Amino acid sequence: MKEKGWKECLWGGLIVDAGNSVLYKTGDWRSQRPIRDEQKCTDCLQCWIMCPDAAIKVKDGKIVGIDYDYCKGCGICCKVCPFDAIEMKEEGEK
Amino acid sequence: MIHAFSGNAAVAYAMKQINPDVVAVYPITPQTVAMERFADFVADGDVDTELIMADSEHSAMSCCIGASLAGGRVMTSTASAGLALMWEVLFVAASNRCPIIMNVMNRALSAPINIHCDHSDAMGARDSSWIQIHAENVQEAYDNIIQAVRIAEHENVRLPVMTNMDGFTLSHATERMETLEDQQVQKFISEFKAIYPLLDVDNPVTYGPLDLYDYYFEHKRQQVEAMELAYDVIKKVGQEYGKMTGRSFDMLHPFEMEDAEVAVVVLGSTSGTARVAVRAMRQKGIKVGLVKLRVFRPFPKDELREMLKGMKAVAVMDRSDSFGAFGGPVFSEVRSALLGEDVEVVNYIYGLGGRDIRQDQIEQVITDMSTVAKTGKVKSFVTYLGVR
Repeated sequence: MKEKGWKECLWGGLIVDAGNSVLYKTGDWRSQRPIRDEQKCTDCLQCWIMCPDAAIKVKDGKIVGIDYDYCKGCGICCKVCPFDAIEMKEEGEK
Repeated sequence: MIHAFSGNAAVAYAMKQINPDVVAVYPITPQTVAMERFADFVADGDVDTELIMADSEHSAMSCCIGASLAGGRVMTSTASAGLALMWEVLFVAASNRCPIIMNVMNRALSAPINIHCDHSDAMGARDSSWIQIHAENVQEAYDNIIQAVRIAEHENVRLPVMTNMDGFTLSHATERMETLEDQQVQKFISEFKAIYPLLDVDNPVTYGPLDLYDYYFEHKRQQVEAMELAYDVIKKVGQEYGKMTGRSFDMLHPFEMEDAEVAVVVLGSTSGTARVAVRAMRQKGIKVGLVKLRVFRPFPKDELREMLKGMKAVAVMDRSDSFGAFGGPVFSEVRSALLGEDVEVVNYIYGLGGRDIRQDQIEQVITDMSTVAKTGKVKSFVTYLGVR
């Protein structure tokens, strides 16, 4: 998202469009990235229940991936996983 | 209509004629009488105003902000410690671009407790992005409040306006003054136009979101621009109001400046005393002029520079001090506006805590200026006038 200059934005941080928080990619804050091991995952959905940012993507009862646009890297998914299927890796690490 | 009104009565009358949607107040000397009178107007059904008796000035200003953002025309009044308690929310009002009108009866700050006039309260709020206008007399106090509505609500400005008047010296002094007819006031201020009001539920908006390093700076820059644009608006509103009343209103009001060699800069009720002193010293052969600073924010730096360049000496009179700084707040601004000009600018701090300022003291200031002009030497850049 291109940042606006002072002549282009509304005064006082006024927000006139509802539902715009989706534009704010809070995934930028992440320093650690959850990596899911599809072999170990049983789709128990504990991570989906606990994720505070609704960043575990589920389709038809199955986990289909992690939404890195909004995952802040808190590591709760890794902590709660009963099967050690999620590992936290430093951002930038291969 | 001609009245004999105290400053407080004039404030209440102006507010009655403006008939704001919401007034939120907390009493404080010397402003209390104005709000008591206005409460009478509310009780008698003379106005449609929703009057909120808040539990502190911090709450009063917070109520004003809420009501303003909701989409109403909002006014309040305070003084001294009341203004100091509002300090945090003054910035919120200005940053959210609430066109609130607040009359301040200038009074000293504690401690020790003092209820009398000086400008420490208003000067403490000078960086809050509020427009600040100072009145010389009760008439001007009334006139400034009505003009303030137009200035604050102008679409290029949308900033709150603080109309200042000297506590007791004006608030409790009864003077002859003229008021406009109610319809004239209503026509002059016209209907309030809410911009992005919170109560427009079909177009929901969010005020005051988290605004960090990525946008806060841009929003502050916008406030700078609004202050710059306010300059023109204040002048035009003053001209229009002047045409209607036959009285003149500008950023600066010069007196005997045409051939002046030395000048005195002053704001508030002391301007009247200073004018008499200038007249007396002119009779003694000193070519002295007076500049009354009516608007302190936005500070009329260019106009002031034009008016004062070529002077041999300028005395700036401050009714508050900025402890630890080089002189009082008005002095700092004037001196900075004259940077690069060959003018000696000196400061007189006077009248703290309501200490009287007499004609002979201002005449002494003028004599001092005359000496500086002749010798080119300044004995002291900051003088405490009338302190023992």
